[in-house]
Amino acid sequence: MSLETFIQQLANGVSLGSLYALIAIGYTMVYGILRLINFAHSDIFMVGAYFAFFLITVFHLPWLLSAVLAIALTACVGMAIDRIAYRPVRNAPRISALITAVGVSFFLENLGLVTVGARPKPFERPELMARVVRIGPAAISGVSIWVPILSVGLVAILLYVVYRTRLGMAMRSVATDIDTTRLMGVNVDTVISYTFAIGSALAAAGGIMWACKYPQINPLMGIYPGWKAFTAAVIGGIGNITGAMIGGFLIGLIEIMAVAVFPALSGYRDGIIFGLLLVFLLVRPTGILGETLKEKV
Amino acid sequence: MLKVRDLHVYYGGIHALKGISLDVPEGEIATLIGANGAGKTTTLRAITGLVKARRGSIELEGRDITHWPAHEVVRNGVAMAPEGRKIFRNLTVMENLLMGAYPRKDTAGIKKDLDWVTSLFPRLKERFSQKGGTLSGGEQQMLAVGRALMSKPRLLCLDEPSLGLAPVLMAEVYRGLAKIHNEGCTILLIEQNARAALKLANYGYVMETGVIVLEGKGSDLLENEDVRKAYLGE
Ligand SMILES: Nc1ncnc2c1ncn2[C@@H]1O[C@H](COP(=O)(O)OP(=O)(O)OP(=O)(O)O)[C@@H](O)[C@H]1O
Ligand SMILES: [Mg+2]
Repeated sequence: MSLETFIQQLANGVSLGSLYALIAIGYTMVYGILRLINFAHSDIFMVGAYFAFFLITVFHLPWLLSAVLAIALTACVGMAIDRIAYRPVRNAPRISALITAVGVSFFLENLGLVTVGARPKPFERPELMARVVRIGPAAISGVSIWVPILSVGLVAILLYVVYRTRLGMAMRSVATDIDTTRLMGVNVDTVISYTFAIGSALAAAGGIMWACKYPQINPLMGIYPGWKAFTAAVIGGIGNITGAMIGGFLIGLIEIMAVAVFPALSGYRDGIIFGLLLVFLLVRPTGILGETLKEKV
Repeated sequence: MLKVRDLHVYYGGIHALKGISLDVPEGEIATLIGANGAGKTTTLRAITGLVKARRGSIELEGRDITHWPAHEVVRNGVAMAPEGRKIFRNLTVMENLLMGAYPRKDTAGIKKDLDWVTSLFPRLKERFSQKGGTLSGGEQQMLAVGRALMSKPRLLCLDEPSLGLAPVLMAEVYRGLAKIHNEGCTILLIEQNARAALKLANYGYVMETGVIVLEGKGSDLLENEDVRKAYLGE
């Protein structure tokens, strides 16, 4: 592999990984608080991309404004899903919530197929993302530069919220002990609602940037990135935000680099990652940074 | 202040409280004693809204709070240091204390109470930025009491606050309780150590398998033959 391809692939892996990281954080935050695998998260990612698409093409809003509005709208969708689908089964056995999550996922995918159709739509990306940048001998697409930068910025904001604000403190308390958090006068439902909003906003940002990287969107576009981000969350230690970030970058790099180094494997790109998921679930289900899983009472 | 009438609580099929009635008048200290599994913790959990009452009523300062969610009860002046401490392991000692003050908006007051609580329990001060989970059992107990105080409660419920404390630390906790009581805080106390509780309390209730079997002035209960046999080990 020449230095040039190496740099290109590295940039490619890092940008893909940063998107996985953004999505993985949403899985991990909801899991950390509710011990629920939010299967609908990958579809929220898709919803974010479509919101941006319609704001740009139908409402002709400027690109950046569309992206910001789409993120806000998707955050509301995330809160609505929690309110309508998950809150009613909050005290039911955990399997009910899990099945509900699968149901919401199918609902969003099929709603997408019915309303916007299965045919992929071209996604317009801003000039900045399309412009080619030269790093040393390599020509790299702007997407590969901007996506990691924006992702890291978003994660920095998230970490600030989680570790430096009152809301973040309440979120961490809920993750440790819901009843005791109630005893602190915290309305736990509100905190959970904000958690969904934040996770969904990050997924939407991921979806929009994904659409910049692979500028075709369709209602099922979330499925594969979703599973891989879920893998990232598991590998990093589900429930752990830092772990989800590390897992995301790792998965992105492994996916790209495995194929770059062993071109014969190119047909197994997805298989490698899911194999990794299986290995981790069997050998180290708590992931790299995960604590010993505590059963939630 | 607090008025509980004919309270019934079930855990699934288990009838844990079978018609509890008790009063905690403003400014007093009441205590609830009884054997393991009698339903003391359940009574506090029902008062704070963590478990639902099937029947009966709970009144706080004249308002019916029977069906209020826990956070509303707490925001209306009730604090609880729960059984088993329930410290937020992943939060620092300071964050644990700040969680106690969560509904409060008066930053200056919170700051002042942080100083006050740490003057009650100076050990917490030394460990301010340490994770709650790394504290010793006794330190966690002080943190649990301190955290409950941070909400400036009018009614403080304590579930075995001296459990696992060395006698000198227990004395420290009790001094703290006496102090906030003097400042006007009403207290409902559950204790394994019935003697200490009855000495401190104005009024005591004795529970057995979900019902209150005996009640009276703390000093009277200390003299009571049955209480002495069953709970004071005489
Ligand atoms: N979550 C629960 N599910 C089922 N039963 C419960 C639950 N919590 C308590 N119980 C039962 O309710 C009864 C009262 O329990 P509670 O914890 O109130 O007792 P307690 O008086 O606080 O005892 P201790 O002195 O041991 O703390 C017990 O028989 C207990 O087994
Ligand atoms: Mg108890």
